[in-house]
Amino acid sequence: MDANGTKLLEVRNLRVEFPSRRGTLVAVDDVSFDIAPGEVLGVVGESGAGKSMTGAAIIGLLEPPGRIAGGEILLDGQRIDNLPYEKMRRVRGRQIGAIFQDPLTALNPLYTIGRQLVETIVTHLDMGERAARDRAIQLLQDVGIPAAERRIDHYPHQFSGGMRQRVVIALALSANPRLIVADEPTTALDVSIQAQIITLIKRLCREHGTAVMLVTHDMGVIAETADRVAVMYAGRIAEIGPVRDVVRRARHPYTEGLMGSIPKIGETVGRLTQIDGAMPRLDAIPRGCAFNPRCARAFGRCRIDRPDPMDVDGARVACWLYGEGR
Amino acid sequence: MIAFVIRRLLQAVLVMMAVGFVGFSLFAYVGDPVAIMLGQDFTEESRRQLVHELGLDQPFFVQYVHFLLNAAQGNFGISYRLARPVSELLLERMPATLELSLCAAAIALAVGVPMGVYTGLKRDTWLSRLLLTVSLVGVSLPTFLIGILLILVFSVVLGWLPSFGRGTTVAVGWWTTGFLTESGVRALILPSITLALFQMTLIMRLVRSEMLEVLRTDYIKFARARGLSDRAINFGHALKNTLVPVITITGLQLGGIIAFAIVTETVFQWPGMGFLFIQSVSAADIPVMAAYLVLIAFFFVLINLVVDLLYYAVDPRLRVDRTAAGGHGH
Ligand SMILES: Nc1ncnc2c1ncn2[C@@H]1O[C@H](COP(=O)(O)OP(=O)(O)O)[C@@H](O)[C@H]1O
Ligand code: SF4
Ligand SMILES: [Mg+2]
Repeated sequence: MDANGTKLLEVRNLRVEFPSRRGTLVAVDDVSFDIAPGEVLGVVGESGAGKSMTGAAIIGLLEPPGRIAGGEILLDGQRIDNLPYEKMRRVRGRQIGAIFQDPLTALNPLYTIGRQLVETIVTHLDMGERAARDRAIQLLQDVGIPAAERRIDHYPHQFSGGMRQRVVIALALSANPRLIVADEPTTALDVSIQAQIITLIKRLCREHGTAVMLVTHDMGVIAETADRVAVMYAGRIAEIGPVRDVVRRARHPYTEGLMGSIPKIGETVGRLTQIDGAMPRLDAIPRGCAFNPRCARAFGRCRIDRPDPMDVDGARVACWLYGEGR
Repeated sequence: MIAFVIRRLLQAVLVMMAVGFVGFSLFAYVGDPVAIMLGQDFTEESRRQLVHELGLDQPFFVQYVHFLLNAAQGNFGISYRLARPVSELLLERMPATLELSLCAAAIALAVGVPMGVYTGLKRDTWLSRLLLTVSLVGVSLPTFLIGILLILVFSVVLGWLPSFGRGTTVAVGWWTTGFLTESGVRALILPSITLALFQMTLIMRLVRSEMLEVLRTDYIKFARARGLSDRAINFGHALKNTLVPVITITGLQLGGIIAFAIVTETVFQWPGMGFLFIQSVSAADIPVMAAYLVLIAFFFVLINLVVDLLYYAVDPRLRVDRTAAGGHGH
């Protein structure tokens, strides 16, 4: 939330399920958070925590049989989780853009990048082909593609991975959306260019006032880029709050563990591998707090009741250490 | 590009030489042309003379080269059965086979691709299931049975369409066409459907599985995330990406159609090369058989070549030009 308390995106008690032969798997369970206009929300958590599913639910592209089984998603106060397909299609790209993980596979190999940009622009904006092409060239310049007038007519395979991710970013921004969902936008890239791409996303979104939901494994990136951070564990939010609080004085024992994996100054990559044990599978989530088998500070109640996020000076933390009657 | 074409041409020549070898071996080892041509009464002298005329007293390799040189000029000798130049016989019948094959290929594509797209996009509708089930039957029923069933229904019972022959044809230069007369067109219908059915089901299943594959790719998901319309995604992005394999297979199938026409032509007594071939087999007319083999192989090779070039036109990744590739790096 910004100073006025306006919210661009509100996710309320979101639940995403996968019906399967051995019962229903709950990939996202009772997740709530907001994103203010222009704000960068970092989302972290081990692989399988439900980050991508949350993002996919927001842009309305959960893959069947996955489905939103509960809660609501609001953009500018309007529900978007139950929009008819055609209405939601107009939200995608226009209001909410997406940046995918692997730029090598996100672009159609048979069309020039110019064609892909122009079709996106004319789909959403009231523009002719000529104007759309000018806008496309401008976008390519903005994302740092040299000789954009010439490169616009090239095919994806004629670009390197880093350059292709810049094209993907240009595509995501081409109709000036209010929110970008960036799901691990640098994970597939060479380490040497990850920082450039993150800096680019951050700069462009600040210039355009675009909010970002930035999913990443890299705590260093979060510390530098995000305004607020949500930590997810086993489909739920463990802790969410301003980046300084969460990084410097993590309150949830899982977040503390993650922060232990922040690289010291000078190192560049931090992977979330430092906590002993593994996140439970969706069909074997323990009773009580899902983190209790790995938690050094677990106590009786942790094994019986599931903690919901509760206010702990400015942040929200799902841990009984902060519960009443401790 | 030029290097690519030259390489493919060289490969084509090699393949044709290998096929020529098989055709030649037919000559050399199957049947005894001398005995066939001489008939019952002959003298040792006339026999030796014929052997010499046919070049059969030359070393094997020389005979092979001779055969290749002659074949390259379209000279396959004289038919034992009809006592006319083989090239003439084949040329006469080629239009019938090619018109039938092209019609069949057109039907197979025109029906197979839309059915494949439909069953790929609307996987769970009853129509999709029906098409898939029927296509299984189409693949497993033998061609001659389909032909006979069609004749039974449309010629014998309903009496709508002719059951054999090409109808009235019109000569356009050396080519005879059935497209210009009503009876010619009517005569084409049943045989081309018969010939098309197998390829049609094949193309439908191919397009369907390619569509399913492509719809799962990241770039289609990203296209959805960009908010493109379903139409643009399905027909602009997905269908075009299925085209590369479809072109290949259809191209190869066209060769197959020309070859498979043997059965259809026999069932419908279609005066094409396949029918000629079957008649030649029963008469042990080796020159015609050898020439037919070489010709069919030639069609295959030619079609392959065209397919490769089409590929090239559809997929920009194969057209890496040096200047653009130089633009790699950050
Ligand atoms: N098609 C599916 N069927 C069943 N479970 C799935 C499917 N796709 C993803 N999941 C599960 O959903 C959970 C959340 O996945 P995801 O959101 O991709 O995690 P991440 O935080 O790594 O992005 C994972 O445990 C994953 O196993
Ligand atoms: S609720 Fe208990 S088990 Fe869960 S994180 Fe807090 S202390 Fe650990
Ligand atoms: Mg993920």
